[in-house]
Amino acid sequence: MRLPAGGRIDRARPLAFRFDGRYYSGFAGDTLASALLANGVRLVGRSFKHHRPRGVFTAGPEEPNALVELGRGAERTPNTRATTTELREGLEAFPQNCWPSLRFDLMAVNGLLAPLFAAGFYYKTFMWPSSFWEKVYEPLIRRAAGLGRLSGAPDPGVYDKVHDFCDVLVIGAGPAGLAAALAAGRSGARVILAEEDFELGGRLLGDRAEIAGGSGSAWAASVAGELKTLAETRVLRRTAVFGVYDGGTYGALEQGPAGGVVRCRYRKIVARRCVLASGALERPLVFADNDRPGVMLASAARTYVNRFAAAPGRRAVVFTTSDDGWRTAADLTRAGVAVAAVVDPRSDVGADVTALAGDAERLTGAAVARALGGAALRGVEVAGADGARRVIACDLLAVSGGWSPNLALTAHLGARPVWSAQAQAFAPGATPEGLRVAGAAAGRFTTAEALADGFAAGAEAAEACGFPALRIEAPGAGPEAARWATLRHIANARGKSYLDLQHDVTASDIDLAHREGFRAPEHVKRYTTLGMATDQGRLSSHNGLALLAQANGAAIGEQGPTTHRPPYAPVPIAAFAGAERDGAFRPVRHTPTHAWAERRGAVFVEAGLWLRAQYFPNPGERDWQESVTREVRAVRNGVGFCDVSTLGKIELFGPDVATFLERLYTNAWANLAVGRARYGLMLREDGIVLDDGTTSRLGPEHYVMTTTTANAARVFQHMEFARQVLWPELDVQMVSATDQWAQIAIAGPLARETLARVLDPGFDLSDAAFPYMAAAETTVLAGAPARVFRVSFSGERGYELAAPARLGEALADALMAVGAPFAITPYGVEALGVMRIEKGHPAGPELNGQTTPGDLGLAKLLSRRKDYIGRRLGERPGLTDPDRQTLVGLKPIDRSQRLRAGGHLVREGAPASAAHDEGHVTSTAYSPTLGHSIALALLARGAQRLGERVRIVDPLRGGEVVAEVCAPVFVDPGGERLRG
Amino acid sequence: MRIPCPHCGARALEEFAFLGAADPVRPAPDAPLKDWVDYAYLRDNPAGAHREWWRHAFGCGAWLAVTRDTTTHAILAATSALGGAGPGAGSP
Amino acid sequence: MGAPGSPPSGQQAYSTWRLLREALNGNRGWAPVWRDAEPRSEYDVLIIGGGGHGLATAHYLSSVYGIHNVAVLEKSWIGSGNAGRNTTIVRSNYLLPGNIPFYEFSMRLWEGLERDLNYNAMVSQRGVLNLYHSDAQRDAYARRGNAMALHGVDGELLDREALRRMVPYLAYENARFPIKGALLQRRGGTVRHDAVVWGYARAASARGVDVVQRCEVTGFRISNGKVMGVETTRGPIGANKVGVAVAGRSGQVAALAGLRLPIESHVLQAFVSEAVKPVIHHVITFGAGHFYISQSDKGGLVFGGDLDGYNSYAQRGNLPTAEDVCEGAMALMPMVGRARVLRQWGGIMDMTMDGSPIIDRTPIEGLYLNAGWCYGGFKATPASGYAFAHLLATDAPHETAAAYRLDRFAAGRMIDEKGQGPQPNLH
Repeated sequence: MRLPAGGRIDRARPLAFRFDGRYYSGFAGDTLASALLANGVRLVGRSFKHHRPRGVFTAGPEEPNALVELGRGAERTPNTRATTTELREGLEAFPQNCWPSLRFDLMAVNGLLAPLFAAGFYYKTFMWPSSFWEKVYEPLIRRAAGLGRLSGAPDPGVYDKVHDFCDVLVIGAGPAGLAAALAAGRSGARVILAEEDFELGGRLLGDRAEIAGGSGSAWAASVAGELKTLAETRVLRRTAVFGVYDGGTYGALEQGPAGGVVRCRYRKIVARRCVLASGALERPLVFADNDRPGVMLASAARTYVNRFAAAPGRRAVVFTTSDDGWRTAADLTRAGVAVAAVVDPRSDVGADVTALAGDAERLTGAAVARALGGAALRGVEVAGADGARRVIACDLLAVSGGWSPNLALTAHLGARPVWSAQAQAFAPGATPEGLRVAGAAAGRFTTAEALADGFAAGAEAAEACGFPALRIEAPGAGPEAARWATLRHIANARGKSYLDLQHDVTASDIDLAHREGFRAPEHVKRYTTLGMATDQGRLSSHNGLALLAQANGAAIGEQGPTTHRPPYAPVPIAAFAGAERDGAFRPVRHTPTHAWAERRGAVFVEAGLWLRAQYFPNPGERDWQESVTREVRAVRNGVGFCDVSTLGKIELFGPDVATFLERLYTNAWANLAVGRARYGLMLREDGIVLDDGTTSRLGPEHYVMTTTTANAARVFQHMEFARQVLWPELDVQMVSATDQWAQIAIAGPLARETLARVLDPGFDLSDAAFPYMAAAETTVLAGAPARVFRVSFSGERGYELAAPARLGEALADALMAVGAPFAITPYGVEALGVMRIEKGHPAGPELNGQTTPGDLGLAKLLSRRKDYIGRRLGERPGLTDPDRQTLVGLKPIDRSQRLRAGGHLVREGAPASAAHDEGHVTSTAYSPTLGHSIALALLARGAQRLGERVRIVDPLRGGEVVAEVCAPVFVDPGGERLRG
Repeated sequence: MRIPCPHCGARALEEFAFLGAADPVRPAPDAPLKDWVDYAYLRDNPAGAHREWWRHAFGCGAWLAVTRDTTTHAILAATSALGGAGPGAGSP
Repeated sequence: MGAPGSPPSGQQAYSTWRLLREALNGNRGWAPVWRDAEPRSEYDVLIIGGGGHGLATAHYLSSVYGIHNVAVLEKSWIGSGNAGRNTTIVRSNYLLPGNIPFYEFSMRLWEGLERDLNYNAMVSQRGVLNLYHSDAQRDAYARRGNAMALHGVDGELLDREALRRMVPYLAYENARFPIKGALLQRRGGTVRHDAVVWGYARAASARGVDVVQRCEVTGFRISNGKVMGVETTRGPIGANKVGVAVAGRSGQVAALAGLRLPIESHVLQAFVSEAVKPVIHHVITFGAGHFYISQSDKGGLVFGGDLDGYNSYAQRGNLPTAEDVCEGAMALMPMVGRARVLRQWGGIMDMTMDGSPIIDRTPIEGLYLNAGWCYGGFKATPASGYAFAHLLATDAPHETAAAYRLDRFAAGRMIDEKGQGPQPNLH
């Protein structure tokens, strides 16, 4: 029921919303939970395993019961806590984990079978027949488990990432956090105050505390006002700090406000100091049927009446083991809720405390033995001090088992909380560097203590960052009691006493686990699933540990809590991803001729992050094969060009470059003349091929290297390691220039004529002046700097022309224009690949990180006269074994058959089995030059088996081809064509 | 984790690339094969202070010898290879 | 493979009938799953490490090789290391001949596990999909699938349409890297990780193996190059054969015996979401990003990606990897966006220099090493235990694990599936 007056809701702003198909009305300032309670809705969910009816249990993020599906269609968000969901106009929420309806849930039969479904039951059954597990049992279990449903559609939300930096991060805006932020903020430090709630104040909003002669909430409002005036202080509401990471890095999740564009914002906050003022969590009590809708934490009951003006019941009983719980009776009475009784198992409660009960019956030395009712609480059975039992009618039972400091964030870096007998709670152990715990989280439970601690912590943090120390006198606060006894389980065989409300772990499950030998807290957690629900044990862990300690005959402090893991507040997967999704998952690298190729109608293909032109279809061509064949023929018979800018390009300068290259490459480099290029082979230190490419000497102390596209970054890092770490004495400077140069391969018998027309006049391209493996700098397109290399990947007369990247499209246009008389043909990576296979050049599938120079037929490039990276370890017997698989060519005996990469090689006549597996096909192509399919392969002792026949078996896809082993160079093995 | 690059100041983990232990020294070319195998493959792998190579790949590009506690991730020291951190041995 | 013997007499049999009877009796008749043993002063064989591998070794030593005078020494609670913090995937879709027979042997042991142990570890053969995004990746998977087929391992190469029928919810239309198909191993799937630990402990314990918890090995007793026993926090324990199965901590334990290993310890993170109703029915691995995922029977999405990338003994990672993994998730299957990450944790991986494990003798007589599981350790649990038991019992390598030698690096016979060379964080 909505109370006629009071609360922090805005009664001028009514909001209509729907839950479970019915319309309701609430106010701005409500949560979904408070609005439901104000509308008299008690049953809000079903539990995970027993499907028991459940009501709102808390007023915060620790809520185990009131989880709903929020929104519909693609916007559906499962497992949303009603207790933290800010009410907005038109909000739609649906109950989850029930069928056919919330009120009548057939799965509730599970509750009756609970003895059968005790902890770990599934490990003991469903074993026969074996295949029934996947086919029958597991699908049933899966369907019954889970909570809410994902929409099944791509998440339409917008997510954002922010990097924040500050001097002092204050986590939590209760009394201690507000005080800390104020103290640090006034000193001039850069402060971020992060509060999970949409209002600042913490418990000051839900309790009737008194500060400086006024209300606690008024004080909170005044501090919030002052914080706004501090230029270097930022207040982040709706922001939960969910994790502590190394180096003073904190993860936080900010919920976007209703109606905003951004659904959530993931913040990485780097802070020099942190004040953790995360407060404390009230502990439930464990007794029979303690899960009935209407049973609620005492602090939550106070919050609902004081902050939200929503009465969670008409007639209440308070069951408490803490002094603090007694306040609930006073607050409820003041709000007009009848309080029938306050039940406290302690017999030594002070008169000042019991006075808080007002007219309610005071039952000390007594306990609630059982809650009565089904879908709603009807009453409680109380066992008196004399053992007599009586029933007290009520529809609200407020429970309080004392408070546990909220310490999860102190433990993320591995520290373990320690038991404090004085506080009857776990207290922070070692804390992360730079983090101090303050307020209730540090065991300062009264408002006065929390304020003083907060001011001191804020001032200390600011001072540690070099700001003046401000000593602020804490305002006076009203007296409060803060004393409690730790849990006793009120045993009653007739009902289930829940520890973990969401996962339906009961006190008897702990006993069972103990009986079966699961005695370490982590074993109990894993066996019973205690504390593994969405609330991560916030409510259950203390009571679970207490019961386990009882069973083990140990003190609770001896065994310690289970490990706290981030995130403390659950983070949507989409929030961690931010904008890096769909097409923006990874950056796209475009070549300098990309737009030009797009206009030509090129088909593109991903090559790492690059998009490269795969082929350029002409009108009327049937398929890619026809286009590629045309492109290859054009190069072999006329001239073509291809953008090869994706090759890694590394500029090297200095007097010691030649020495450096000698050590990097396996072959000789000391004698490379200016104006010459050379092919080089690079190994890893373990003797395996890392990469290959050409390096050209453009000046006495200036070289430019090319690497393969795939290995560009790795080779650069490898070289930087060699330069900076292995041989810092060498005078070499290097820089990556991959993105600075457009590089275009011009290949074919007419390449020279084409190139001559595009270079600025005056450059002598004659074979005498510019022979195979020559390199030079010149100009192009009327004065733009250019580099020309006479190298060939296709096997034809070839040049690579480099110009500043911005000129890529102009260069392509110029080539098309000057090459028109020769029917110049742009070609893509597919034709490039075909021609390299025809020439037997190893590429990605052969440079796979498993092959040696010998495997690839490149042993002749291993110099014997010098040291180089990979030389010594390349001599190990396993890498020089004559039985290794080496590079060969394959031709199908039946020339009409197609070879497929990935097929394995078996000797003719041998069975297709692992024992006879002698290698595999690495690369294949249809060779337009030969008119049939060809392949490169790695074959055991391949070099000695030319002319032999092998079977290519492909059990995965079916089919088998017999092929002839040949040398891996299919076209122009003598290399006459590339020399012209 | 944040690494104090001697050239750039403290920077976030995502700017750096990790290689491995910084203590092994590349043997002389004619050293016994066993030395080479030890260099390339065997590691102390300590639980505690570990001297290791990181490259400030998305920053200044320097290779850094970083001493870091592998049990806490606390950074104890960071020096630049070209600033003299390298083993400097093994010139052929 | 040797047939495991009949169930030991010391074991309380589990069955549906027993479950019903106990339910009616208030579940009061259940016995401890394993004996929490006090260490004795002498054993035939000591296994250091009460994780899946150590306990499986003890089980096969006792059930297959008839060696019962065995203790498993665990410094904490059993299963407290990687056995209890992995993403529960099992598969045998390996590439290289040194690996395939071993992981396939493991798969066959998984398939018979519940009968062997009389314990339901929920072996769920729901299928493992490795997605490919280019012709080159397809060819690489064809090579792999054919290698598997030649070894008698099941595999199927799915094209895009066949894949779409199986998993319609992937981002086929909008992906940065087009999804062109997948290599499917139907027999792959998941197993409930903790149950594997408890099941092996129960079976070994019933055959007389002492499972000793809270007993940390602090040193080796070595005399004339021969192992005589170990020092522990609960006193010295003698044995002529000691097996080390402490992946994640192998370097530390080996150092107690004066050995250096080709291993670095790295942290690998994993993530689980809040429980949701079933949406993901297979194990899916994204080849173009660093991401893999399955959904537990409880409903949580269990997922992970690459190593954090630096040496670590802290069982936790940092945010860049969490972001990278979740970016992969959203790129591949943007329907999971609103599932919330509930827990993020790290396991410490023994990363070897070639990405493959070690099951071998050491230069110290009587000291045996089972290490270097990288992130393949969980799926290997049964075969690793079996092969290690074989080695401990016979002093010869098991036929499926013959390649996992400690001296393969000196010999140049690496088993490098990924072709990354001696840089562990790239494997």
